[in-house]
Amino acid sequence: MLILYLVTVILVIISFIINKQKTIKALKIAIKKFSKIMPAFLTMLILISIVLYVFPQELIIKYLGIGNKYISTLIASLIGSITLMPGFIAFPLAGILHQQGVPYMVLSAFTTTLMLVGIITFPIEREFLGIKITIIRNLTCFAIAIIVAIVTGFVFGEIGI
Amino acid sequence: MKKILKISIFIFYFLFIGFSLIFHLESGELIAQNFLSFAFSMLKIVPVAFVLIGLFEVWVKRETIEKHLGDNSSWLGFLWAILLSGTTVGGLYVAFPIAAVLHKKGAKLSVIFTYLGASAICRIPMMIFESSFLGIKFTLVRLLVSLPLIIISSVIMGNILTKTNYAIARH
Repeated sequence: MLILYLVTVILVIISFIINKQKTIKALKIAIKKFSKIMPAFLTMLILISIVLYVFPQELIIKYLGIGNKYISTLIASLIGSITLMPGFIAFPLAGILHQQGVPYMVLSAFTTTLMLVGIITFPIEREFLGIKITIIRNLTCFAIAIIVAIVTGFVFGEIGI
Repeated sequence: MKKILKISIFIFYFLFIGFSLIFHLESGELIAQNFLSFAFSMLKIVPVAFVLIGLFEVWVKRETIEKHLGDNSSWLGFLWAILLSGTTVGGLYVAFPIAAVLHKKGAKLSVIFTYLGASAICRIPMMIFESSFLGIKFTLVRLLVSLPLIIISSVIMGNILTKTNYAIARH
C-alpha cells in the first residue's frame, strides 16, 4: 500500500520535472474522472452497507454450513455475487467455514463469485464499460465461477464421477 | 427525473443514518459502520489510482497501446494484460477505470476483458492471502481453471462485440 503511494508521488514529481503542463493536465483528468464517478461510488457504498447488514457473517456461516452441498454451492455463489468483501475479510471467513466442515466446492463458489461477479459494483461498471458489457461480463463470470467450483469439488474428492 | 430519485435516495439514506446515530438505532448504526469502513478502504486506493490513470493518459502514446494491446497485437497482449492485473490493487472497482482508459487508448476488447477477469482472480497479494487460509492446492485449482476460461471467454466476447461494432461509452 505504502509502495503504491510512494510510486505515485515519485511519478508525479518526475512527470512535473519533465513537463509541467502535461502533469497539470493529468491531475485535472484525475480530478474530473474522480468527481464524475463519485455518485456511482456513493451508490455502491450505500448498497454494500445495507447488503452486509442483511447478510452478516454469522448468517453466511449458518447458511453455508448446513444441508446439501449442491444447494450450498448455489447459495454460496449467489451470496458471493451479491456481496462485496475485501480479501482480508473474505478469506478468514472462508477459513472459518472450512474448519466447520464446509466443502471446498462451496468455498470456491463463494470466493470466486465474490471476486469475479459484482452486482454491487454494477453502477460503477456500467459507468465505465456500458450496460451491455456489464451484463455479459457478469453472466459469463458467474458461469466460470460455477465451473471452477465443480472442478474444485472433483479435485478434492467431494463429488465423484 | 432519474437524478431527482437518486438524490432523494441519498438524502433519505443519510437522514436515516443520522437519525439512527442520534437515537441509537442498532440497524442504522451497523449500516453506518459498514459504510464508513468501506468508504475508508476505497478512499485509500481510488484517488491514487485516478492520479496514475491521469498520468497514463497524458504520457502513454496511443500507438504504443495499439501496437501491444490493440487489434493487431499478438498473444503477448493477453500476457501483458495478466501481468498488469497481477499488480492491480483494490478490486474490480479500481480495474474498471483502468480498463476504460486502456480501451480509450486503443486496446482491443478481448484484452480488456482478460485484464478485468484476471484482476479479479490473480492479484498476487490476494492469492498469497487466499492460499494461507485455504491451502495452496485450492488456490492453484482456482487459478488454473479460471484463467484459461477467462481468456477463452474474453476472446469470444471480444470478437462478437467487435464484429457488431460495439462501442464502449466514452469517458
